[in-house]
Amino acid sequence: MQDWRTYEPLLIPSIKDLHKIDVYEKNGGYQQLKKVLSDKEQTPEAVTNTVKNANLRGRGGAGFNAGLKWSFMPKPDGGPRYIAANGDESEPGTFKDRMIFEYNPHLFIEGALIAAYAMSIDAVYVYIRGEYRSWITMMQKAIDDAYAKGYIGKGIMGSKMNCEMYVHMGAGAYICGEESSLMESLEGKRGYPRVKPPFPAQKGLWGRPTTINNIETLANVPLIIKNGSEWFTSIGAKGHPGPVLYGISGHVNRPGVYEYPSGMLITELINDVCGGVRGGKKIKAVIPGGSSTPPLRGDSLDGVRMDADSLRDAGSMMGTAGMVILDEDTDMVDLVWRISHFYHHESCGQCTPCRDGTGWLEKTLLKIKNGEGEIRDLELLLDICFQMEGRTICALADAAAWPVRYSVARFRDEFEARCKKSIYAVA
Amino acid sequence: MEKFEFNKAERDHIEKIIARYPDSQSAVMPVLWMAQEKFGHVEPDVQKLVAKTLDLPEAHVYGVASFYTQYYKEKMGKYVLDVCTCLSCQVCGGYDMLHYIEEKLGIKAGETTEDGMFSIQSVECLGACGYAPMMQITNDIYVNHLDKAKVDKVIETLKQGKMPEFEPIPMRVAEKS
Ligand SMILES: Cc1cc2nc3c(=O)[nH]c(=O)nc-3n(C[C@H](O)[C@H](O)[C@H](O)COP(=O)(O)O)c2cc1C
Ligand code: SF4
Ligand code: FES
Repeated sequence: MQDWRTYEPLLIPSIKDLHKIDVYEKNGGYQQLKKVLSDKEQTPEAVTNTVKNANLRGRGGAGFNAGLKWSFMPKPDGGPRYIAANGDESEPGTFKDRMIFEYNPHLFIEGALIAAYAMSIDAVYVYIRGEYRSWITMMQKAIDDAYAKGYIGKGIMGSKMNCEMYVHMGAGAYICGEESSLMESLEGKRGYPRVKPPFPAQKGLWGRPTTINNIETLANVPLIIKNGSEWFTSIGAKGHPGPVLYGISGHVNRPGVYEYPSGMLITELINDVCGGVRGGKKIKAVIPGGSSTPPLRGDSLDGVRMDADSLRDAGSMMGTAGMVILDEDTDMVDLVWRISHFYHHESCGQCTPCRDGTGWLEKTLLKIKNGEGEIRDLELLLDICFQMEGRTICALADAAAWPVRYSVARFRDEFEARCKKSIYAVA
Repeated sequence: MEKFEFNKAERDHIEKIIARYPDSQSAVMPVLWMAQEKFGHVEPDVQKLVAKTLDLPEAHVYGVASFYTQYYKEKMGKYVLDVCTCLSCQVCGGYDMLHYIEEKLGIKAGETTEDGMFSIQSVECLGACGYAPMMQITNDIYVNHLDKAKVDKVIETLKQGKMPEFEPIPMRVAEKS
């Protein structure tokens, strides 16, 4: 495996003004789109297979093989087919797709168009959270420029391919990042997740076959077409290969988005990449991939790598690779209460276990936080989690339960101490 | 009572928005955004206008407007300070910043100053966690790395009727050792 110290970024290379279309073109931009359109061997099936063999796992949270997902699309029947590119980016701790909008929008556009070619797509809808207004303007400019140069629209690059691309601006709702909620939102409705099946490939946007991919996922596609699937699988962790945008926040000296191969040691990211913990403090916990991924204890980080397998073995998940580093002074009860507040606020309210469960988690944690908790409230928390997990239309309920369940288990002493101090202590 | 209408140019633009989708209902979010841009909010009478323009039931437009937090269902201050207090901002002093702004403006989160200049909201993660604590101004500019001095400066700028400048995202590479 290549040493990360010599790794040169591919998704966000440090090329000045790369967001401008002529600079992107000068650096080989849109050549991979040209390749799939002109090379007879690059049939849609062949492109899908290349991406599948590259084992490009979704960067939106679930880590599903992108090429495999594309292969679920039914054969074209003459009716419209869609891609919804997911730029909702609202999971707390996640701030990496914005990097692509600002620094390399054309790489994403080219990747989306190659995906569109592979699946015979008629239109790509780029769903971007409404708060990202400045970056929506940047994306719109990039799309307009690509239209003007004939990369999007009718007869792309002189071929028979037609594909439109539109930006759809969200308006403040975390749940719209969930793929079926995103489709409801695009259809001009409240973002209520749909019951699955039917899956989007069968019945997606406006009842037609649809594939949903994250922005960073699609940005990887031109790299794979250029260098091949074997090259891609040689980068980083075996079971979860490729470049990753690590969004690192919290108590480190140099937080921010860094591009490195997958499978980086968490300790290396903290100490060598981000310059260590602020004030030289000890680490209490690390949330590896956004607020829904179970926090790891600071004393259990040795050898843990940022890839799906290593993190599963350590008792967490890769999620969005949005890492939050928490130092020894962090109040875990406060932290978990605030996370619960988030999920309660964002629950769409369709399913009782989620609507009520997130509310009860927040209320119970607030009680503990305010020093009014009882030890038995910890069992209550775990019971509420149990009532929520796997019993709802979408995964928001699970996302809300996991951080609570694992924080109570892994930082139990801290929760108990807060309860024992309480006026109602029974233990 | 104020009357809310779209002019000819705006109606033409709405036709273009509708053309991006297979049906006109899908245009409800962008048209609500247009309306909020023009009127500063989407109060019930504005929702009625959107419903009429897109030939949708008023109840549907209300349902959508009320689902999404960024649509202002009532009049807000000229500048809305959305202070992030979520996860990464929480642990990097987001609440300290919120309380400092509340004290400075003499209002609480969820309120608007009497002169109608400022509203404050405590909001969920804005996707800028690495630059915490931070806030967004009226659904627009992100202000990163807040501290008291920076808050003072931003509020001074806004009082002069100007928006703070756009801050590019810092490009990060590890320091080579
Ligand atoms: C509650 C919830 C919120 C989600 N938010 C996002 C999001 O903001 N961005 C994203 O790309 N995926 C999000 N997802 C995952 C999507 O449902 C979907 O799996 C993903 O966009 C697929 O793209 P990928 O396979 O390229 O990762 C969310 C899922 C859930 C359950
Ligand atoms: S799990 Fe929660 S967010 Fe998901 S559909 Fe049910 S109520 Fe809505
Ligand atoms: S937690 Fe404040 S921007 Fe993400």
